[in-house]
Amino acid sequence: MTTPARRGGRAAGEAGRLAALLLSPTFIVLGLVVGYPLVAALRESLYRSGQTVDADGFVVQGDQFVGVDNYTGMFSGPAAARFWNAFGNTTFFTVTTVAAEVVIGVAMALVMHQALRWRGLVRASILVPWAIPTAVSAILWQWIFQADGVANALIGNQILWTTEGWHAKFAVMIADVWKTAPFVGLLVLAGLQVIPRDVYEAARVDGASPARQFWSITLPLVRPVLVVAVLFRVLDSLRMFDLPFVLIGNRKESVETLTMLAWDEASNLRFGPAAAYATILFVYIAVVAFVFVKLLGADVIGEARDRGRQARERRPKPLPQAEVVPA
Amino acid sequence: MNSRVVLRYAGLAAILVYCLAPFYWMLASAFRRPSDQFSLSPIPNPVSATNFTAVFGTDVGFGRALLNSLVVAGIATVLTLLIGLSAAYAMARLRFRFKNAVAALIIATSMFPGISLVVPLLKLFTDIDWINTYQAMIVPSMSFALPLAVWNLNAFFRQMPGELEEAAMIDGCTRLQAFRRIILPLAAPGVFTTAIITFITAWNEFIIALSMVNDKTMQTATVAISRFTGAYGFDQPFGTQMAAGVIVTVPLVVLVLVFQRRIITGLTAGGVK
Repeated sequence: MTTPARRGGRAAGEAGRLAALLLSPTFIVLGLVVGYPLVAALRESLYRSGQTVDADGFVVQGDQFVGVDNYTGMFSGPAAARFWNAFGNTTFFTVTTVAAEVVIGVAMALVMHQALRWRGLVRASILVPWAIPTAVSAILWQWIFQADGVANALIGNQILWTTEGWHAKFAVMIADVWKTAPFVGLLVLAGLQVIPRDVYEAARVDGASPARQFWSITLPLVRPVLVVAVLFRVLDSLRMFDLPFVLIGNRKESVETLTMLAWDEASNLRFGPAAAYATILFVYIAVVAFVFVKLLGADVIGEARDRGRQARERRPKPLPQAEVVPA
Repeated sequence: MNSRVVLRYAGLAAILVYCLAPFYWMLASAFRRPSDQFSLSPIPNPVSATNFTAVFGTDVGFGRALLNSLVVAGIATVLTLLIGLSAAYAMARLRFRFKNAVAALIIATSMFPGISLVVPLLKLFTDIDWINTYQAMIVPSMSFALPLAVWNLNAFFRQMPGELEEAAMIDGCTRLQAFRRIILPLAAPGVFTTAIITFITAWNEFIIALSMVNDKTMQTATVAISRFTGAYGFDQPFGTQMAAGVIVTVPLVVLVLVFQRRIITGLTAGGVK
């Protein structure tokens, strides 16, 4: 009796109407706060505001339709260098931090999975970096990275971490990895816990070394969890703003991301270019998400997937697979 | 003790140090006297609350910022749960066409970059005079809070046996009554966990609060901390900032420690069992 589908067409239609009713408030709100801005940004990106001089030499006030000028100006023209720099920084931060987070996160998960005692304590402490607001963690790392701060004291050096240059990039990467690697660890741990013990026992009987067990059993079996975790981390990293903005500052070439660039333009009331940057970032994120889902098979909707007419109670236990909540 | 056990404990200790050392440094720095702010001793000596009194000084006005954060994150959480509950229930319990598409759409909105929303909304809110209001921060926050909450609640509803509401419906309850009288009370822990996670995410929000408000009295705590200026204007008041950071973070850390098991279940959304 669980599935309306089995009660025939009428019941299914009824469920459909009820579902539409229950889902509509959420979709109305999402339409207003996500759908509308998306369309508005697209429209805005085709305009340029402020005073301009028209073909006859008259000063024109207000928004001017400029077509794709905001986009072409981004790829070539005076603003192109700044755009490509921001694009490069965004991509660089995403690749490096997510790679580091995966390595550290998997290591943490393996350690926690082996632990018999202290597990609760460690799992609680791992949530601490997650719970600290990014803006606050940025201030904290700014303090740690002061010229006469504790970081320089520990490495016995005098690096001006928060000034322009490679060290500023490193400061941002360290602070970002610190905050998010434990979260990746938590997700991977959840994935590890569903791997049946007897798989390892069989491998041990066959004489597989711990390293071999890791590469041939652990990694393939946590892969679905890992791919989804990496996808969410990548998408989150691509929109990075708070950390470099607070830790290093606005308009700092070495750490300016696409979001920072768009934000700076918008705060200077250049809404047209700002909207164009935001739209490009949106497209970039959408493409990356698409690649993850299509090529790497990231199963983001996981258990929420409607598995056709399969009866719920006869559904086999799902294979190791995690749904991950974006955070 | 063999070397394997030693290695295990060393690994655990490394994780503890990794996660807690920077946080501890914030605590230690917050409890120093301003005169030995730059001291590198691991324990503040003497312990002083000067930085904390400075946070609530009239020139900083951090109390108001905390209140603003509480209002914005609190209302956003309540609204999100009210709206998201029914959607999550439908996703978890009903069979309907386009369900996969609906799930994909909800998860896709959570990947939406905040800036794509800030730029047009900044313009819109300027036109309708919403700048420096609570609603200008609460409404855009729904864009990330709502998908998060729906997803979490959906996972919790899914864990509950379907027989419960069937039994209620056989006994003559409508689906709505079954939901209100049977499901909702039993899902209370899940709703509560979702509320905590949503609240923390909304409390930590930065770019919307930064963009929609330029009046100091309407700033949220995260924005206010990043904007602290020293009494003399040129030295960054790190001591005060660390104290403010502790005040903003400690309630979250306490919440997280008390409800860690549930929060972890929520964050990994119960899909793995």
